[in-house]
Amino acid sequence: MDLAQSETNPAPQAKPKSIGQYISSHMRQYGLLFALIAVMAFFQIVTDGTLLRAVNVTNLLLQNSYIIIMALGMLIVIVSGNIDLSVGSVMGFIGALAAVMIVNMDQSVPLTIVVCLIVGGVIGAAQGYWVAYWKIPSFIVTLAGMLVFRGLSLWLLEGQSVGPFPKEFQILATGFVPDIFPVSWGDSLANMLEIRRVKHVNFLALITGVVAAAMVVWIGLRQRAQNKLYGIEDEPRSFFIARNVIVAAALMFVMYKLSLFRGLPNVLITMGVLTIIYAFITETTTIGRRVYALGGNEKAAKLSGIKTERLTFLAFTNMGVLAAAAGLVFAARLNTATPKAGFALELDVIAAVFIGGASMSGGVGTIIGAVVGAFLMGVLNNGMSIMGIGIDFQQMIKGLVLLAAVIFDVYNKNKQG
Amino acid sequence: MALLSMQNISKTFPGVKALNQVNLDVQQGEIHAVVGENGAGKSTLMKVLSGVYPHGQYDGEILFEGTPTRFSDISDSEQRGIIIIHQELALVPQLSIAENIFLGNERSKSGVIDWRETNQRTEELLAKVGLQEAPSTLVDKIGVGKQQLVEIAKALSKDVKLLILDEPTAALQENDSQKLLDLMLELKAQGVTSIIISHKLNEVRYVADTVTVIRDGMTVSKLNAKEGLSEDAIVRDMVGRDMTHRFPDHVRTPGDVLLEVNNWNVWHPDHIERQVIRNASFKVRAGEVVGIAGLMGSGRTELAMSIFGRSYGRNISGSIRLNDNEIDVSTVDRAINAGISYVTEDRKSLGLVLDETIRFNTTLANLEAVSSGSILKRNEETQVAEKFKESLAIRTPSVFQKTVNLSGGNQQKVVLAKWLFTEPEVLILDEPTRGIDVGAKYEIYTIINDLAAEGKGVVMISSEMPELLGMCDRIYVMNEGALVGELDASDASQERIMSLIVNE
Repeated sequence: MDLAQSETNPAPQAKPKSIGQYISSHMRQYGLLFALIAVMAFFQIVTDGTLLRAVNVTNLLLQNSYIIIMALGMLIVIVSGNIDLSVGSVMGFIGALAAVMIVNMDQSVPLTIVVCLIVGGVIGAAQGYWVAYWKIPSFIVTLAGMLVFRGLSLWLLEGQSVGPFPKEFQILATGFVPDIFPVSWGDSLANMLEIRRVKHVNFLALITGVVAAAMVVWIGLRQRAQNKLYGIEDEPRSFFIARNVIVAAALMFVMYKLSLFRGLPNVLITMGVLTIIYAFITETTTIGRRVYALGGNEKAAKLSGIKTERLTFLAFTNMGVLAAAAGLVFAARLNTATPKAGFALELDVIAAVFIGGASMSGGVGTIIGAVVGAFLMGVLNNGMSIMGIGIDFQQMIKGLVLLAAVIFDVYNKNKQG
Repeated sequence: MALLSMQNISKTFPGVKALNQVNLDVQQGEIHAVVGENGAGKSTLMKVLSGVYPHGQYDGEILFEGTPTRFSDISDSEQRGIIIIHQELALVPQLSIAENIFLGNERSKSGVIDWRETNQRTEELLAKVGLQEAPSTLVDKIGVGKQQLVEIAKALSKDVKLLILDEPTAALQENDSQKLLDLMLELKAQGVTSIIISHKLNEVRYVADTVTVIRDGMTVSKLNAKEGLSEDAIVRDMVGRDMTHRFPDHVRTPGDVLLEVNNWNVWHPDHIERQVIRNASFKVRAGEVVGIAGLMGSGRTELAMSIFGRSYGRNISGSIRLNDNEIDVSTVDRAINAGISYVTEDRKSLGLVLDETIRFNTTLANLEAVSSGSILKRNEETQVAEKFKESLAIRTPSVFQKTVNLSGGNQQKVVLAKWLFTEPEVLILDEPTRGIDVGAKYEIYTIINDLAAEGKGVVMISSEMPELLGMCDRIYVMNEGALVGELDASDASQERIMSLIVNE
């Protein structure tokens, strides 16, 4: 029997919540941000400042680029209520394909890139087909895919490493955006700041940092003004200011560090642009909205006229393309394709998405969360490596962090009822 | 001697009195039928009896075999020989008949199953219920009718004293039903006492010695077969309440025929040989509210969902005309575009994305209207949601509230808002007031009247007959997948509807 509640009582009026209530209802977003800051502060101290040295900041971004690129696609797959275990293998396979095409077959780099991305899309589509139209659990389909593409890489490379790549391919991962501003500006700035051992400051990176920070604040302010206009409950002013100051400062700080080394890595641009595109797609397009509906309640979505099969299919196709992109970046970074490339990497990608607040049952999760989750994992990896912690303890700690993040989620959800 | 005597049983859920001083006396060796409308309290009573609601959660006294009894859970009541077989069978399809019969009660020696004894006892039990299958046959390889017999065999394996069958023939074909009823009589001859819960009065008349009628949580009457069971009398007792619900006033002037469904046939999606909808034809005029009455399982929801983008069934045939044009409803979005909306009976699992906001749910079925070039205009979305919040009086502090936090009535309004935003010409409302309180019901009725006044066609499926009588201009009666009657509001009554259902 349905427990009818009294519905004729007037609804409670929206009253301004206290700051404490606000924190507890938005624990997840702030928690993730604080966790990242705390972890960074911790490693900055225990590594005597090595973590945030310009070289290492650059390195951190390069190291995690392919994880983040795949996390974007994985977030969509997970929000749609599925999972993709094959991405590590697909990434390795595409790297192998690129190596064979360029090194063994002397194909041009642009052609190789296009072919690799298309092959990635086809792989994703092939897996998505079974999941979407045959209703075969994605866990099984992609587990099969993981084995198949692991085997295919081995076959393609004949068990050998293939490399090195030509320079024009390597710049995908290791190249830097040239400073478009006069060299003298950067030189004189370096003199002005009198930074030790730095002879040049990359002006472009600095400017990008300032512009990005300004954009973040501007978008935040605009959103806030609109929320006010429509009477939407928003975060307290003090939180808004604090959050924006932290994010803007962090952006400028990272860019400043980059400017002291070699400037903006190409990969950072790729990553940044993709992140913005995917954040936009998930938050403000009809297709993004429908993916959340699909993951939140597939039957209701279907009865609302949403083509749920096609969406699932597209989510996997998209994942394939992004795994291919990550494969290219990874191969370019290592400058060689090995049969072991991408081994167990899918687990890092999936962990990043869950640490970022996505729900296993689908319908919940954000692009920004996934990216921050990936960085958190990246900082942990990097920091522990600098400290000289062995791979054994690294694995254990990463596992516990993942578990803690999800327990935290569940705990918060239960508390809110 | 009375085997069972339930005295003055009352059970309250928050806000609802489900049972009010119910009395039930079952004599040793008889078949006792408990009848009543959907929601009358029959299932709640059986849950009290079988210990699903343990002692302390209800008021009143249960005497079993002459001694006061307090069950703390189902296994407690099973221990005493009270065994209930639910409408949804509780068998494990992937296990064999023998394994199912002795599930949780395995014939074993120190943890190792004694297969010889298991199979031997199973064969005896199957012979008793007249089922000719090998003990090793998997349960999902046999039909529903035979599965029911396995359930009964399982009950017999436990030394049953009182067998309770809840709507045992609801899912059965006619000859299977007949076999089951004959088995009940045979068991009676062997001394098994049973209670049967049923809507089907012809079946009740066939097997029952005594009939207890329950209505609105109260015992209305107790009839004895020796004095003759008249279906008319039972029907009157089942529905004979006053019109306690109130309905907003309305004057309707239906216009031309808006929707016309002809020769609609649907087969079951899994059991290919089972026809769920048989040759259904009906029409709806503009500005008219048309009711579909029938019992649960009569095919009302299946009819509606098969029309709405073939969301149910297979091998669907028939034609649908809207404004005299044949329309394509082969997918949900085509049905929506053609101007048909279906408001589900199960708002939580089929209607709403519960973890999302009111705004998200309101625009979900018509995102094109709040986007340009597939980019959402979120401010417009907010305005749409606000508009419906006002016009449907959705009680919430903001449209950014998650729908999971809303009460049933407000959730129902959000589902309605979603479908109204698709600007349909015909709305099919499936149990639109299920599980919501009286005040909210009134508001839903008002919305329905407004829709009819705007010239939309409304189809209203409901198990509550007073609601259909109070709201509809015409009522179709559905039974076993066919529309078996059509009544005008002026000459419809609960008795006439019920007799159309039970006389089939």
